[in-house]
Amino acid sequence: MAVTTLESALATQPSPWASRLAVAAVHFFVLVLFLESLRDNTWWAILGILLIHVYSVLMLRFWSNLERSTAGDTLIVTLTLEYVLIAVLFWDRFSAWPWSAFFGLFLVQACACLVVRFWRELSKAPPTAWFGLVVILLYVLVAATAPIIAPFTETEIVGAEYELWGGQFLLGTDNLGRDMLTRLVYGARNTIGIAFVATCLAFFIGAFGGFMAAALGGWVDMILGRVVDVLMAIPSLIFALLLLTILGTSIPVLIVIIAVLDSTRVFRLARAVGMNIVVMDFVEVARLRGEGLWWVIRREVLPNAMPPLVAEFGLRFCFVFLFLSALSFLGLGIQPPTADWGSMVRDNATLISFVVDDFQLGIMPLLPAAAIALLTVGVNFVVDWFLHKTSGLRDDH
Amino acid sequence: MEKILKMVAQRLALGLLTLFVVSLIIFLAVELLPGDLAEALLGQSATPETVAAIRRELKLDLPMHERYVSWLWGILQGDMGRSLANQREISELIGGRLANTLFLALFAAFVSVPLALTLGVLAALYRNSIYDRVVNAVTLSSISFPEFFVAYILVLLLAVVLGWFPAISNVSDDLGFWERIYRTALPALTLTLVVIAHMMRMTRAAIISLLASPYIEMANLKGLTRTHVIVHHALPNALAPIINVVVINLAYLIVGVIVVEVVFVYPGLGQLLVDSVSKRDIPVVQASCMIFAATYILLNLTADVLSIMTNPRLMHPR
Repeated sequence: MAVTTLESALATQPSPWASRLAVAAVHFFVLVLFLESLRDNTWWAILGILLIHVYSVLMLRFWSNLERSTAGDTLIVTLTLEYVLIAVLFWDRFSAWPWSAFFGLFLVQACACLVVRFWRELSKAPPTAWFGLVVILLYVLVAATAPIIAPFTETEIVGAEYELWGGQFLLGTDNLGRDMLTRLVYGARNTIGIAFVATCLAFFIGAFGGFMAAALGGWVDMILGRVVDVLMAIPSLIFALLLLTILGTSIPVLIVIIAVLDSTRVFRLARAVGMNIVVMDFVEVARLRGEGLWWVIRREVLPNAMPPLVAEFGLRFCFVFLFLSALSFLGLGIQPPTADWGSMVRDNATLISFVVDDFQLGIMPLLPAAAIALLTVGVNFVVDWFLHKTSGLRDDH
Repeated sequence: MEKILKMVAQRLALGLLTLFVVSLIIFLAVELLPGDLAEALLGQSATPETVAAIRRELKLDLPMHERYVSWLWGILQGDMGRSLANQREISELIGGRLANTLFLALFAAFVSVPLALTLGVLAALYRNSIYDRVVNAVTLSSISFPEFFVAYILVLLLAVVLGWFPAISNVSDDLGFWERIYRTALPALTLTLVVIAHMMRMTRAAIISLLASPYIEMANLKGLTRTHVIVHHALPNALAPIINVVVINLAYLIVGVIVVEVVFVYPGLGQLLVDSVSKRDIPVVQASCMIFAATYILLNLTADVLSIMTNPRLMHPR
């Protein structure tokens, strides 16, 4: 019964006015948000005001192109209004950080739109995949709105060392008297952000190199293949340690080193997948038409190589994330005072021996470690589902 | 037989070539430094005289290829130069620590390999049962845990709450064998948990992929028991991929040992490497990287050769 009502709800065309009004309301909300901070930092606020116009236009276009339904529209509008309501209730926090507030709003709307768009696939997803998706969404939302959620600022010393849970400090304080919850929230932003950037860079280098090797063949393929072979012959942690010794541990250096070392794995996959695609007739046709290398890679190879690459992106992200945490844990990754989960474990590790006397204190170093583990488990679940789905379509005849 | 010898010789030659290129990379990476090693060492306090003195001491005034040859020759003979931080012979620093690291890795290997194989065969035997699903879920999540998380959970449970093992594995040369085993139990257990998942899953997958083949069906139709079919008919043919994954995981053990050594303050090569990286003691870093990389390459080479050797089609060509 519930299914049929849902089907009929999906079939009816909703009124276009709901979406227009909602977009206008959101537009004015963010406008007020940025106008509020106009006095403090003028140029950023003006940039924000310009951006919100672009955003509204894009949102309206995307919404009208979406496969529309009353239920879908209701979901998007409700979630948006809920976010705005929370923002109005905690107005002084939200108005102090307009960019984070704006980004949080963007995430909420994007997720709502994606849920509506892919509802058919999502409704068939197993509970583990849902769990993974919810975990990822929560982490990204926390990372985006870190300054709004966190009770203090990132490096502020707010109390004595190792204070207990409760009261002013929800999760106690760390070895320097900084609020643990705040550090955890900011750690999400730093660790996930850097791992994400490094993974993207690795994919850009690796996928482009792999497709180029596949498309050009010959000596380009040969040279790139040998270079990657040699890079992969050295264990990546060892190689990263060697390079970090020489180049020092600043964040850009860290990102580039991790990306380059990791792009070798992406290269292998992209080359293998690309090899099977470049021999297809449509690529031949495109070449005979006289298209250049860039076109062939972007318009012919890439769209057909998407599913394995997306799954690989999830796995690579996990790997990079764990790698970065391990480096930080060793004290060679993200440097203090920037909050980061790996180094938080290291800094508070001595507390673990107090677990018998005081459970809360002893468990403290495990909190950031558990945060890392939860995210990687979530991503793995989602990747598992995605792989199963894309491979299931193939042998499901 | 001749063919297989030729293949093995080819792999060996390729491995040696890789080792040579890797040594070149490790040596030349220092050239990435802006300026040179002497200036980087002295930093702000660099005056022309001190820089020249350090250059002479580190033989930086020689041309690059001469330095490389003498460095490589030294390593082959066990002389790796001196540490910048405390002027001690690197071979002296590394010697005992390398033995400790190898002991830990071997200990973990002796526990994890039989355990992983047994669990994997059992999972293949009772496919899709509750046992299989539980093992699958547990291994999938243990792959995604960071090593230090596993380590600290073990410390929390086994060392602090139950008090069975020491939380810090402090070993010295004069310890007896069993005392040493007792003290390294927790790091070895951590490493076991980290590598077991991968090995077990591969064993299971290798066996299951064979179960669809006609000769297994034949064995089943003949009325053999499930255990007999899997252990006597499927396992020997699944040996090549299993040996491969086992050796690759052993290679991983040698490298993955770094984080675990730091958690348990174990006096191994990994700990030395991390300390030297934070002190920017470049000769020590180069030497330990070279040792780690060489072990890794040699083990991967072994995996290659062994998987050729276990292939009956190559061993007994028609």
